[in-house]
Amino acid sequence: MASTAIHDTAVLHQHDDHGHDHGHHKETFITKYIFSQDHKMIAKQFLITGIVMAVIAMMLSVLFRLQLAWPDKSFPLLETFLGNKWAEGGRIKPDFYLALVTIHGTMMVFFVLTAGLSGTFSNLLIPLQLGARDMASPFLNMLSYWFFFLSCCIMMASFFVESGPASAGWTIYPPLSALPTAISGSGTGMTLWLISMVFFIASALIGALNYISTVLNMRTTGMDMWKMPLTIWAFFLTAIVGVLSFPVLVSAVVLLIFDRSFGTSFYLSDIVVAGQILPNQGGSPVLWQHLFWFLGHPEVYIVIMPALGITSEVIATNSRKPIFGYHAMVYSLIGITVLSFIVWGHHMFVTGMNPFLGGVFMITTLIIAVPSAVKTFNYLATIWRGNLRFTPAMLFAIGLVSFFISGGLTGIFLGNAALDINLHDTYFVVAHFHLVMGAAAIFGMLCGVYHWYPKMFGRMMDERLGYIHFWLTFIGAYLVFFPMHFMGIDGVPRRYYAFTEFAFMQEWLTVNVFITWAAILSALAQVAFLWNFFYSIFYGKKASQNPWESNTLEWTAPVEHLHGNWPGEIPSVYRWPYDYSKPGHHEDFIPQTTPFSETMSSNLQHDFEDNPEAELIQQEWERQHALKGPAAEEIK
Amino acid sequence: MRLREIFNIRIAASVLMICALTVSNGTVTAQTQDTTVSSITTVEDTAAASATQISSSSAPLISTAVDTVARYKNMQPVSTAVDYSAAYKSGAYYFLLFILLCVFYAVIVKVMEVYSLSKDIQGRKGPRFDSRNFQGALFIVFLLAGLYGVYWSYAVQGPMSMHESASEHGLDIDFMFNVTLVITTIVFVLTHIALFGFSYQYRGSKERKAYFYPHNNALERIWTIVPAIALTVLVLLGFFTWRSITNVSEEDQKKAINIEVVGEQFKWNLRYAGTDNAIGKRNFKLTTPTNGLGIDFKDQKSWDDQLVGEIVIPVGKPVRFTIGSKDILHSFYLPDFRVQINAVPGMPTYFQFTPRLTTVQMREKRNNPAYDYVMLCAKICGSGHYNMQAKVTVVSEAEYAVWIAKQPLYYSDDVKKELQLAEQKSAEEKKKIALNTNTIIK
Repeated sequence: MASTAIHDTAVLHQHDDHGHDHGHHKETFITKYIFSQDHKMIAKQFLITGIVMAVIAMMLSVLFRLQLAWPDKSFPLLETFLGNKWAEGGRIKPDFYLALVTIHGTMMVFFVLTAGLSGTFSNLLIPLQLGARDMASPFLNMLSYWFFFLSCCIMMASFFVESGPASAGWTIYPPLSALPTAISGSGTGMTLWLISMVFFIASALIGALNYISTVLNMRTTGMDMWKMPLTIWAFFLTAIVGVLSFPVLVSAVVLLIFDRSFGTSFYLSDIVVAGQILPNQGGSPVLWQHLFWFLGHPEVYIVIMPALGITSEVIATNSRKPIFGYHAMVYSLIGITVLSFIVWGHHMFVTGMNPFLGGVFMITTLIIAVPSAVKTFNYLATIWRGNLRFTPAMLFAIGLVSFFISGGLTGIFLGNAALDINLHDTYFVVAHFHLVMGAAAIFGMLCGVYHWYPKMFGRMMDERLGYIHFWLTFIGAYLVFFPMHFMGIDGVPRRYYAFTEFAFMQEWLTVNVFITWAAILSALAQVAFLWNFFYSIFYGKKASQNPWESNTLEWTAPVEHLHGNWPGEIPSVYRWPYDYSKPGHHEDFIPQTTPFSETMSSNLQHDFEDNPEAELIQQEWERQHALKGPAAEEIK
Repeated sequence: MRLREIFNIRIAASVLMICALTVSNGTVTAQTQDTTVSSITTVEDTAAASATQISSSSAPLISTAVDTVARYKNMQPVSTAVDYSAAYKSGAYYFLLFILLCVFYAVIVKVMEVYSLSKDIQGRKGPRFDSRNFQGALFIVFLLAGLYGVYWSYAVQGPMSMHESASEHGLDIDFMFNVTLVITTIVFVLTHIALFGFSYQYRGSKERKAYFYPHNNALERIWTIVPAIALTVLVLLGFFTWRSITNVSEEDQKKAINIEVVGEQFKWNLRYAGTDNAIGKRNFKLTTPTNGLGIDFKDQKSWDDQLVGEIVIPVGKPVRFTIGSKDILHSFYLPDFRVQINAVPGMPTYFQFTPRLTTVQMREKRNNPAYDYVMLCAKICGSGHYNMQAKVTVVSEAEYAVWIAKQPLYYSDDVKKELQLAEQKSAEEKKKIALNTNTIIK
């Protein structure tokens, strides 16, 4: 009798027998590995493409770091690889330097940290953690990946056009991005950039709509919204932010295409370039900035929120403790989602936007720091009195928290309009966003890779290489970005080809050399990861079904992948995902699929908030066992 | 099974090492042969081409102290055939070194594995390497080293980067910067001590169970409200400082010396308002080689506008900059004065401030007799972005009066001649048109 009451929600379900007949399909190489509609394969495609893009973007950054560290030295190898158009005599040219900076930023923000992060883990985890056979629309999911792939190819192609790739900075502010006479990268390279971005946005939108509909419609029995792991909350809210903000970038891009190719004047006015008076009148470059940052600012939350979701899950699992303040974590994610749409103006304090508007944006910006602070403190409280397992994933999660604190705090400076006057477009900004959305988000991604690798490939990654990778990257990233704050305070602007032309920058030349060595160190550390990643796909230790002793649903699926995820019925869910180290239970984790009837010794009153009947049963049980709830005692 | 695996990897490692050796030797020899052939004859051609391109884009009305073209040319290497083989060799050595390091690592790992495996076989259970303690200890080491690093940065790089503001509003900004710095540093240090300290203290052990502690509403309320209060203070402080800087009353605007700064690739054009303290209108359609800014000389306010090569301003008097751009976005940035605003084509922007230290005073304060205030461009604007500068000098009022009296007018004889010619032309054209219409009417 006891068990029926606690079970009752689980009985009525399972009309979804979709998975059973999938064994009969014949899968060819093409349908399995290339045009796959299976969410797990698509996740892997996103991940590997993202890793490839990350490696390319990282190599670009090493190239421009070389230039910054040794502006007067020539590197003949560069001429060998880049040709004498871009690196004549082994020296990177100013135009190409700007192209490197631009493409590094674009690839990292969009291809690695948006598609590589959201694309990988939303695809992998949404169906697996919610108990769905696949995404709401597997075909659109496949389309989303291939649009992304196409966009990567087009972006890479811009390295092979004569006038070079786009080089107006990743924000491609017009008029610079609209006038090939102002910079050669604004020729064909910029056209390719814009086309690539349109495909990318299409991919991101299709993906996001798919994630939202899957989360809303395809949760398994018992999985109400408040039983979802924080990863899913994060992916879900990220997708909402994406759906609302990406279309604005499309409109901005389309208007820029019009300005560039069809002679309109949306962003152009009063321009005399290369001695030529342009006919454009009435447009405003500031319009682009509004449209761009209306996406651009939510974009940084698109980048960081999945990382925060992943770390929440990993920290809870490896601390063997429930995440502290689950509801507060969700509400702060929701808060960030809403506020992220009304803070874009803080990128524009000194662009000539009405200063009063700047003041308003300053207020909204500093408000968004509150939910971020809550998240940080909740992480700390989760680690407190935990029983930490230092898996590589856990180390990366701790690293993320550290970066998130460091980068977040410098955001308080930049969000303040008055302080921004002197810090805008300096190295302080570079340091700030690289820590808070660059390093933090990439650590979230790596944390996810180490944690869910067994789920993706059925094998384990090598721990020792993971440790080496973590420490070198963690130390390297701080050594690279921490000194940059001071350069910025001194007034060194970003995107400077060389520091040699200003007397006051001379003293930073040695610091630049130091930063470049640190960057090279962290770049080399990635070899440990790449080796580990690709080697372990084939030769890693075979993974067990639940290697981290985790509560969430994906670890109830068999190690061998099958289309439909679970053989037979989809498991039902009875509890939240964070019942770690619950007092009174013999193990330190209770999977979501374990009904309360099986854990009578550890149930708490809190578990039966909406279910008075079950509460009565629990009380009856406790009376019979002459215990006053061992759990309750321990809690005190 | 495990033994076999180990053997396999050993073989793989040795094969890798051999490959690395041969490959890197190969690259060294191959590239030494290559380099002597590599031609650098095109260097001068392209340099000349780019030089003409740049100079044609800038109207040669004023010559500022900065000459990007010349500097850019200097950046080019001397065009003699250089033997690069040494550089290639060192590149190959670094590569080889890295590969060897990797192999070295692989060997150590394998040795350790064999050691622990042999122990297992012998059935001895010696003290095992405990990664939990080790990683926890590393966090403490990182925390201590990191805190020392932060202290060192603040102590050494702090003074390198923080200098007294040369403008009055800059003092308010610096005050707020310091308040923010103190608050954030305290939070930074405490949270990191907590993060790494907890990581060490609660590193895993099999004897212990974690403390089940899902939430505590009081605690959560505290750490929502405390940051909220701290941020409210900062917001209010920031908001009023920001308003006081950007919201200048019309009365104060009239008191200021008017100066116009117009950016173009890759220099700043400077125009002083002259005796009437009003800047004449500009119209980009009037741009000609002699009238690079497109000044509308029909506007009488422009007749006394002065052309200068660098900014000279008197100490203690407000100056109001009107910032514009001829071509693309630039950013008018004076770090010493805590002044920055973008130069936007088609939309003038403004910044008013009062300098409080002369260049001479600043030189004394910084103990650097060669120190000069600079103005630079902070918004990406193309290949010369990194060198788009102008000198700024703050002098006493008397020195300023002497200096400004010597500056030439924009409305120079050349410009007058050109305008006269243009007027004549248009007058003739008008006559012609008049005649034509007359004939048509007739």
